[in-house]
Amino acid sequence: MSALLDRRGIVFLVALAILAIAVPLLNALPASSPFHISDHLVPLIGKYLCFALLALSVDLIWGYCGILSLGHGAFFALGGYAMGMYLMRQIGPRGVYAHPVLPDFMVFLNMKELPWFWHGFDQFWFAAIMVVVVPGLLAFAFGWLAFRSRVTGVYLSIITQAMTFALMLALFRNDMGLGGNNGLTDFKDILGFPVQAPSTRIALFLLSALALAGAYLLCRWIIASKLGKVLVAVRDAESRTRFLGYRVESYKLAVFTLSAMLAGIAGALYVPQVGIINPSEFAPANSIEVVIWVAVGGRGTLVGAALGAFAVNIGKSWFTGALPELWLFALGGLFVFVTLFMPRGILGTLEDWHGAFRARRRVRATDAAAQAAE
Amino acid sequence: MTHPDALILPPEATGIAQPAPAARPVTTALLYLDGVTVSFDGFRALNALSLTIGHAEMRAIIGPNGAGKTTMMDVITGKTRPNEGDVLFEGVHDLTRLDEAAIASLGIGRKFQTPTVFDMHSVEDNILLALKSDRRPFPTLFSRRTGEERDRIDALLARIRLTDQRARKAAELSHGQKQWLEIGMLLAQEPKLLLVDEPAAGMTDRETADTADLLREIAQTRAVVVVEHDMTFVRDLGVKVTCLHEGSVLAEGSLDAVSANERVIDVYLGR
Repeated sequence: MSALLDRRGIVFLVALAILAIAVPLLNALPASSPFHISDHLVPLIGKYLCFALLALSVDLIWGYCGILSLGHGAFFALGGYAMGMYLMRQIGPRGVYAHPVLPDFMVFLNMKELPWFWHGFDQFWFAAIMVVVVPGLLAFAFGWLAFRSRVTGVYLSIITQAMTFALMLALFRNDMGLGGNNGLTDFKDILGFPVQAPSTRIALFLLSALALAGAYLLCRWIIASKLGKVLVAVRDAESRTRFLGYRVESYKLAVFTLSAMLAGIAGALYVPQVGIINPSEFAPANSIEVVIWVAVGGRGTLVGAALGAFAVNIGKSWFTGALPELWLFALGGLFVFVTLFMPRGILGTLEDWHGAFRARRRVRATDAAAQAAE
Repeated sequence: MTHPDALILPPEATGIAQPAPAARPVTTALLYLDGVTVSFDGFRALNALSLTIGHAEMRAIIGPNGAGKTTMMDVITGKTRPNEGDVLFEGVHDLTRLDEAAIASLGIGRKFQTPTVFDMHSVEDNILLALKSDRRPFPTLFSRRTGEERDRIDALLARIRLTDQRARKAAELSHGQKQWLEIGMLLAQEPKLLLVDEPAAGMTDRETADTADLLREIAQTRAVVVVEHDMTFVRDLGVKVTCLHEGSVLAEGSLDAVSANERVIDVYLGR
């Protein structure tokens, strides 16, 4: 049995713990200190953690089972919408139109009563369940149809793109009852705490770190189990697995659904930290970007996915500030560079260097020992 | 006085389902193919093919390219559905209604023409994944290797001579070792019938002879169907031979009898 935590995993979790401790501490320093982390930086790092969780969910299916989903942004956004609906209901009569129940956009659109699917979202527990149930159900239905019909490879990738595109178009419509192209925003509080308050932001940041660590351990546990070995077997030789008696579609469906649920959690933690969710989160390009994070970080390593999400998004934050018109060229160039020169991603390349360094040191040590013996 | 039988209602009136009359021919053979036809866009890959394989029988299938050898295997393993005909396993299982996974679980193992193993897994894990077990996802998630499974893996590795390679990745094995690993994986499934597609392809003479020995040994307890082009290998096996041509059986019998058949010489062996 391969161990639940390898060295890579320990390094990752320790780094994550250091980040989770350091950010609140440095945030508490006086603003004059050079090490001070400003209040607007906390939700930004929190956002990166959510992206890392999303990348992890993609790596679970792409890196280990060969399912290239180019529509995972949809599950992320659905989880985000579920959380956004809760946050909208929490506004209550404090909206611009001061309606006791209806969110502002519904009053604006002359809606008379709450659409049926908005019921229950005033309860946090209900919204929290929906955060995983809605993406999970969509993934189950989609996967059941696609995997049973044995849609694989590029065809599967294309229909996942179509899925997220269709959802984007649907949500842009005002009569969907989800805020149209403005989406859901102007949130006031979450579980009674003001969303904008620094302490709430620290709490959300810590929750995101905790969710990432928990999801990592869950994925590791799955990968280290016999089921994880079957997933890799499906990735490398699908028909061999099938003729050994494994019903490949059941395995794909199970892991795809779980992955969508993790993406939903990432979206739910993302929305209160950025303060808005709108249909552009369903944009096909977003989902493709997630795949780039995973490829850049190192596919099939889990840790690499999280690393890639951080690296690319830090780059994006810098570029969109300094050279906004060049960002997409930089992203495309990065993807080409990584594919050509770093096929195992940042993590794989770092590990190769580390391995080569240690091998050289070992050679030098044995040479020295041989000389000493002479 | 009424006849006692008159008191008994006719079967239709009792409402109890009666067993359907045996529409299918009853067979004692392990594998039974009758009138199997498969057409792809009008091309008949199999044309009313009929074939039976007994328990613990080894059979060699020969025939020119396009004779339907691989399609026959596809039909038996559930990859291809025949347009017509019956395919029965153990006389009761209708293989035309089952999928690949269900057929594999019944005890039919298949070796591909090119060795297909899980490259990124260790040799040991390749066997572990093939061992007979509950194949559903949840039991698989919680499964832990038992001592019994460890012993089975040890025994199988010894038999396919890969004990000292057990921790290596399957990708690092030689072509011949991969062929043997795949045969080991088939054995791990504990099948009643093994379908083996060109096991000697790409092997050295020594490896070919060893493979013939291994298959003969396996065939003492299980049925083995070998598709092969290598006539020396078929002679080594020393079993009944079936020659396919254009999707149906051209000749059947000992290798000498089949080789002497005029039509076999015309379409396959050449003069």
